[in-house]
Amino acid sequence: MPHVTHFADVTLRINGADHALHVDTRTTLLDALREHLGRTGSKKGCDHGQCGACTVLVDGRRANACLLLAVTLDGVDVTTVEGLADGDALHPLQDAFIEQDAFQCGYCTPGQICSAVGMIEEARAGWPSAVTGDLTAAPALDDDEIRERMNGNLCRCGAYANIVPAIAQVAR
Amino acid sequence: MATTVAPTTLGAAVTRVEGREKVTGEAAYAYEHEIEGAVYAWIVQATIASGAVRRVDAARALRLPGVLGVLWHENAPDLGEVEDGELAVLQSRRVAYRGQIVALTIADSLEVARDAAALLDVAYEAEPHDVELRDDHPKLYKPPKVNPNFETDTEEGDVDAALARADVVVDRTYTTPAEHNNPLEPHATLAVWRDGGLTLYDSTQGAPRARDTIAAVFDLPPERVRVISPHVGGGFGSKGTPRPTAIAAALAAKHVDRPVKLAATRQQMFAFVGYRTPTIQRLRLGADAGGRLLALAHEVAEQTSTVREFAEQTAVPSRMMYASQTRRTSHRVAALDVPTPSWMRAPGETPGMYALESAMDELAIELGLDPIELRARNEPETDPETGLPFSSRGLVACLREGAARFGWERRDPTPGARRNGPWLVGTGVASSTYPARRAPSAAFARALPDGTFVIGIGAADIGTGARTVLLQIAADALEVPPERVRVEIGDSALPFAMLAGGSMGTTSWGSAIVRAIEALRERLAEHAGDLPPEGVQAQADTTEEIKAQERYARHAFGAQFCEVRVNADTGEVRVARMLGVFACGRILNPLTSRSQFIGGMTQGVSMALHEESVLDLEFGDYLNHDLAQYHVPVFADIGDIEATWIEEEDPHLNPMGAKGIGEIGIVGTAAAVANAVHHATGVRVRDLPIRLDRVLAGLAA
Repeated sequence: MPHVTHFADVTLRINGADHALHVDTRTTLLDALREHLGRTGSKKGCDHGQCGACTVLVDGRRANACLLLAVTLDGVDVTTVEGLADGDALHPLQDAFIEQDAFQCGYCTPGQICSAVGMIEEARAGWPSAVTGDLTAAPALDDDEIRERMNGNLCRCGAYANIVPAIAQVAR
Repeated sequence: MATTVAPTTLGAAVTRVEGREKVTGEAAYAYEHEIEGAVYAWIVQATIASGAVRRVDAARALRLPGVLGVLWHENAPDLGEVEDGELAVLQSRRVAYRGQIVALTIADSLEVARDAAALLDVAYEAEPHDVELRDDHPKLYKPPKVNPNFETDTEEGDVDAALARADVVVDRTYTTPAEHNNPLEPHATLAVWRDGGLTLYDSTQGAPRARDTIAAVFDLPPERVRVISPHVGGGFGSKGTPRPTAIAAALAAKHVDRPVKLAATRQQMFAFVGYRTPTIQRLRLGADAGGRLLALAHEVAEQTSTVREFAEQTAVPSRMMYASQTRRTSHRVAALDVPTPSWMRAPGETPGMYALESAMDELAIELGLDPIELRARNEPETDPETGLPFSSRGLVACLREGAARFGWERRDPTPGARRNGPWLVGTGVASSTYPARRAPSAAFARALPDGTFVIGIGAADIGTGARTVLLQIAADALEVPPERVRVEIGDSALPFAMLAGGSMGTTSWGSAIVRAIEALRERLAEHAGDLPPEGVQAQADTTEEIKAQERYARHAFGAQFCEVRVNADTGEVRVARMLGVFACGRILNPLTSRSQFIGGMTQGVSMALHEESVLDLEFGDYLNHDLAQYHVPVFADIGDIEATWIEEEDPHLNPMGAKGIGEIGIVGTAAAVANAVHHATGVRVRDLPIRLDRVLAGLAA
């Protein structure tokens, strides 16, 4: 069998705007964002779903963009960190991250912020985590809950101690 | 030297200048710069640990639509020789370690470049490999110097006689594993050749130095090479000097005559971008019954590669830390068939102080003395080896301040005596230290007609907050609000400056900025009338100033306190609380400084409990080469962690009165954790990381 490359058309809806792309079917959402759409906000730290730097919101739920193939996302709403601010007004989490010095190198930061947006919604929707005590009550986002729910986002600079209060400031 | 900058903005908790760019995702890191027509390179790695490439068959790869080229040793352009053998990319058929770069594929898409790499047929002549460090390894030798330029061995007095007459002797061997820096941004380069010159958008800790090295590799005059690096996603040493990725990107771009993007994969970062050497350290401490050290011997075995000698200065902190009547330090390295180790946050101090501070804890227990008191009793009046006065030495102040804040005086020293359900609870302490240095740097300062100022320096902000702190320094030196100052960094076109390393970025760059501003003031005083549209500029270089500075032993100090819970059934160690207290001269920005300290401490907890690159002896490769298997802390691993500092006025440092703070946070942390684990359980784990199985084996014994 000859070794061939397959292409397909897909329309990605990124932060509310449609983008028609003709892509290699192996293209991940992350590479589509970075290499086809020139977006700098979604970061590639491991390309294996292990670090969380590429976290985006897919139909409102957080997902690792490196683990999704672009061609599977036709017409699906994707929100990246670039879509969180309202014009010049930053998202409250973005403000909180700056205020609490919740990043150093900044490479995990877009993923942390997207993940926190999704995480806060999950908690509001009543989803428990591994550390939720009372599964029948609405989970309250105390520090332990925030830590547990953010475990998928690595920060090698070690800014966890500042990210937790930044998220808490917005979530509570 | 007097502190010359009156602090107005300095000392204030100014948020990061580039904060908005980073939280909105606008900040462009190396791979993310938009260059028209850029194509993609992919690295092919050796699958043997020693031997040679026999043949590369690129036919199938080259037939793949979209492939623009394949490079290997037979068709790669010749490169100039540089000291770092890792940069001789594709220059020989020799394979020095598994994972070394043996070929590059270049294609018009990332997917095709990667596919082509898989289609490349590389045949090898394998030879037996030797990858395991042992303290009796026949290849251990004495390197001429240890990093960066310390004496390999030192000896003072008769150590053996002192050990023989000591009332108490601790003789222990501690080991630390290979550890990989793993900055979250992989090493990445976008290389552009234009008119015979080379521009690299590179993930580097020092654009000017990278420019000079890369120019030498490509036999170009330095002015034909430019390295641009506005944002760097961490480095912790591994981006301190150019790595093979930068050379590979430039080679590939030259080969296809197009701009080329290249990033190491996370897996590849366990091969050719550097790591911390494993160490085997024998510590011998001899003391009299009063706890005064009579002998201190610190002997280290560690590894380097066959490509380049890197000898970590692991025993160096033992030369200045404590007063001891006699002292011996030594380093031996074995050149193995492994990747070249390199800088990882506080090379030398980090593994060395783990061993020394663990041994001090063991000695305190043998003596029945409080570990803080033991350290205080061995406080030297001058630098033990050089006899130089300390410019300031805040160790005991940090220990005492930390003890008060942490509640140390309530501590019962008995190990294994506190239990809460399945959890054994204990506390530990350790000292920290790191040299307070600066290196020659240049900067310009420009006054513009609109009343604003521009500062330019080839500095780097790898997450330290340098851009922000340099702005504060400049604003105070200019005596204007920071809003009127812009600081340009991260570009080799700016004046040559020290790289971000050795905790001497801010001190080196800040000194140059202050001197440039002083020179600008003189120019402005001579200037009559309005400023010209391009402004008035002055430049300064600190080479002579640093050469002429008074001789002092300049070091930062700190104390690390830790409380752990250890599960008696599973051996799981949880860090319940950590406190670091530091003496680092004047703290220039409490917000970003605290982040640096806590970040270092977090990496120290990681070293104590998580990090370990596991070598597969059969294949000669680091097995756990991704972030699922190479463990670093996640949110749930880091709870109550706090850093603070004592006021320290030191007039012998630099115009800011500051000591570097980037590395000291990691130093001592692992020992504090290990000492706390011992206090909790009675189990002394002398091999990092403190894994469950190691704790359980001790609990069962």
